[in-house]
Amino acid sequence: MSPKVTPRRDGSVKPSRYRAVQPGALVWLTLVWMALWGDVTPMLVVSGLLLAVVVCLVFPLPPVELNLTVHPWRALLLTGRFLIDIAVASVQVAGVVLRRRPVRNAVVAVDLETTSDFVLTGVASMLSLVPGSVVVEARRSTHTLYLHVLDVDDEAAADRFRARALAQEQRFLAAFTPRPDPATEAGTA
Amino acid sequence: MSWDWTTAADVLAAACLLLGSFFALVAAIGVVRLPDLLSRMHAATKPQVIGMLLVVVGLALSLRDPASLGILGLVVLMQMGTSVVAGHMVGRASFRAGQVRHDLLVVDELSDVLSDEEPRGAP
Repeated sequence: MSPKVTPRRDGSVKPSRYRAVQPGALVWLTLVWMALWGDVTPMLVVSGLLLAVVVCLVFPLPPVELNLTVHPWRALLLTGRFLIDIAVASVQVAGVVLRRRPVRNAVVAVDLETTSDFVLTGVASMLSLVPGSVVVEARRSTHTLYLHVLDVDDEAAADRFRARALAQEQRFLAAFTPRPDPATEAGTA
Repeated sequence: MSWDWTTAADVLAAACLLLGSFFALVAAIGVVRLPDLLSRMHAATKPQVIGMLLVVVGLALSLRDPASLGILGLVVLMQMGTSVVAGHMVGRASFRAGQVRHDLLVVDELSDVLSDEEPRGAP
């Protein structure tokens, strides 16, 4: 995707600030401002909003169109399960660190089902935050994640991890379902 | 009755802080004990996630100050957001630079893929 440009009067072009100020970013930056001050007063809201506008203009980011259906209840379940996963896996990694037996690892390829970039990013982040696995390579073209997994003794254990990663993707998809995109549908047909 | 809510919160806070510090200590031990860079990254970045979470929960319980909750929440969000990217970048760079003990890998599904492809700049 090429960046939007606006031509100047003399014919040269500059990157466009079009839609640099996005409402979501404004609200978020104002909330961060108030959290940093630890207070909510009208003065802080106004100064936070002004600062947010300045930040958006100085560091413009392209708008991200997520195109998702969010299921709040399933998202809550996803978060709960995620925290449990972190707790369990932390204890396991602590066990690996403290035991005497040397550790064996694996680099496992996980082919994700969906073609959504947002799902790829989300699943990769969650897998990365759960102890014992780190994403060493991500392929956007084939939607494949390559993860380095701690404490894998044999092929069967690697397969078990792959199943866990795919289950994580299914939970993520249940919470954030991408809507079919007319542009890509037409492109693949 | 001496066992009221503030005491209970204090005890819970102390437990969270101690447990969080324990996980941070395990992370430090892991950095020394584990054999190669990627294994050490698991130890250094991951028990630190739960250690940080527990310390933040402990702080929230002991401070009991609504004004500090916002900044503690920000700490958690920023830590989780940045450790993912940092972990991935370090892991990716180390794998590509050959800083991997292949003798420790049971399964390696990436090395063949990487050796097949043409070198290029962007992923």
